Amino acid sequence: MKRWIAFWNILAKDMRTYYLKPPNISWGIVFPLAWTGMFFIKSGSGLDSIPAVLPGVVAVSILFGTTSMLATAVTFEKKQRSFERLLLAPISLELLMFAKTAGAILIGTINGFIPVAMASFFADLSGVAWGVFVPATVLISIASTFLGLFIAVAVSEVFEAQTFSNFFRFPMIFLCGLFFPIERLPVFLQPLSYAFPLTYGADVLHGAVNGSHILPFAVDLAILGAFCIVLFAASLWNIQRRWIL
Amino acid sequence: MENQQKLAIEVEGLTKCFGEVEALSGVDFTVISGELFGFLGPNGAGKTTTINMLTGLARPDAGAIRIGGIDCVKNPRATQQRIGVVPDESNLYPELTGFQNLCFCAALYGMGKAQRQERARELLATFDLSQAADRKFATYSKGMKRKLTIAAGIIHAPEILFLDEPTTGIDVASARRLRQIVAALNQAGTTIFLTTHYIEEAERLCNRIAFIVSGRIVRTDTVANLVQPIQAKHVVCITCANPLTGIQDELEAAFADLDFSIPGPGLIRVEADRPVRVGPLVRFLEDRDAEVTEARAMRPSLEDIFVQITGIEAKAMRHEKEKKGGGQ
Repeated sequence: MKRWIAFWNILAKDMRTYYLKPPNISWGIVFPLAWTGMFFIKSGSGLDSIPAVLPGVVAVSILFGTTSMLATAVTFEKKQRSFERLLLAPISLELLMFAKTAGAILIGTINGFIPVAMASFFADLSGVAWGVFVPATVLISIASTFLGLFIAVAVSEVFEAQTFSNFFRFPMIFLCGLFFPIERLPVFLQPLSYAFPLTYGADVLHGAVNGSHILPFAVDLAILGAFCIVLFAASLWNIQRRWIL
Repeated sequence: MENQQKLAIEVEGLTKCFGEVEALSGVDFTVISGELFGFLGPNGAGKTTTINMLTGLARPDAGAIRIGGIDCVKNPRATQQRIGVVPDESNLYPELTGFQNLCFCAALYGMGKAQRQERARELLATFDLSQAADRKFATYSKGMKRKLTIAAGIIHAPEILFLDEPTTGIDVASARRLRQIVAALNQAGTTIFLTTHYIEEAERLCNRIAFIVSGRIVRTDTVANLVQPIQAKHVVCITCANPLTGIQDELEAAFADLDFSIPGPGLIRVEADRPVRVGPLVRFLEDRDAEVTEARAMRPSLEDIFVQITGIEAKAMRHEKEKKGGGQ
């Protein structure tokens, strides 16, 4: 019980201090809107293109919403030494880092559903397989958050975290099959696509919305889950190695 | 066994290297439950590194640490409910108010909402911060920040409190108030491990003191035992308005039974095993064109012992630290 009081208060503080600030909220709404508009214009097929565009916009909204937050919630606190206070608390490092990331996971998931809410006004989404769409959205959010955490604990400065994030984010967007099918990528780039967690999330989202997917849903979700575990474990290992000298 | 149970902290052979630099080398000491233990040394001596290892923020390369009998090297999280830590720099959240900071720190130790709010109010009152409870921490003065950081360190009423340079960089009045609070905490039963470079602070507060220099403990004892060998000494400090060159040799030749040193320009320190006759000394100096303005009998202090043992001038140590952290 005591550990959960700590968990809840770390999460609540981060939500108040970082995630629920007006710039973050407006960014969470404007960002998907801008991406949706951009792809509508590019496709030129009007409202009919919504189902094709939706998985990409959902995934990108989650990816950008989560990875950028950890730079402030973790790297900034480490820099100003308030993170030491958390390391001194009588809770396990696993629970502490889960508390620090839970806010980003939650916000990432909400960010993922903002384009869905917008799309529901213009397109018929009754054919979407929500049973896989929802867990895929949550898992993409967890994997993206843990990717952000991995980056945040690997650097010392907030700007380094942002720069390093882009090093992962942009190749991932263009190689994960969200906007360009993997089979249409140059042959030498195709194996690289399968090194990104978002590829498996995108495959599930495409399957859930349009019915076309490469791998079975269970395999995609299992691989996405494995990415979550590996990224979280690697981040904890890095914290112990770099921050507890 | 009974004696062992009374030990709050046991440290044996603690060693830590940062690359080529050996920050700590085979450090041994024990802290008895309920005592106020001072850890005294200059910048870079290894004080903060020691605290970091005792509190689980750093891992030793070799050695053993037991807090309340629990092996902290193997299980650093096991003792964290029992200890409180006040770091050398305030590390609370600037965007939260004083009250919110204390409540948040209390929650980290699993305290329920009503309990943590009550405790936060109580500590804000104790530290004279009730008026600033709803102000953001970022707007606090240095002294207020230090007080709130100490309050955060004791929010869960720890058995052992680690205080790293608590009065560095704050004004005299705040430092005095903090010393009173530290003494009161210790009298209430909290074991306190205090690192400081203010020798007079350590002398005033601590039961026992360890001198650490270049990662090695050079002496550990009670303040009374440390000072005892020089208590019988008679010390006089003579101040001259004009600095004199080469006067020490002349004084030593003329007054063979007295020991002389020059702690600063225009200052002459005289030590003897019997009361010092000031008249002949003043006349001797005035005959050499010295403008003697003052001659004061001094009580030998811990500072003298520190200088004797470590060879480090306490004033130099203080100035070095204050250049980093602001003046007291």
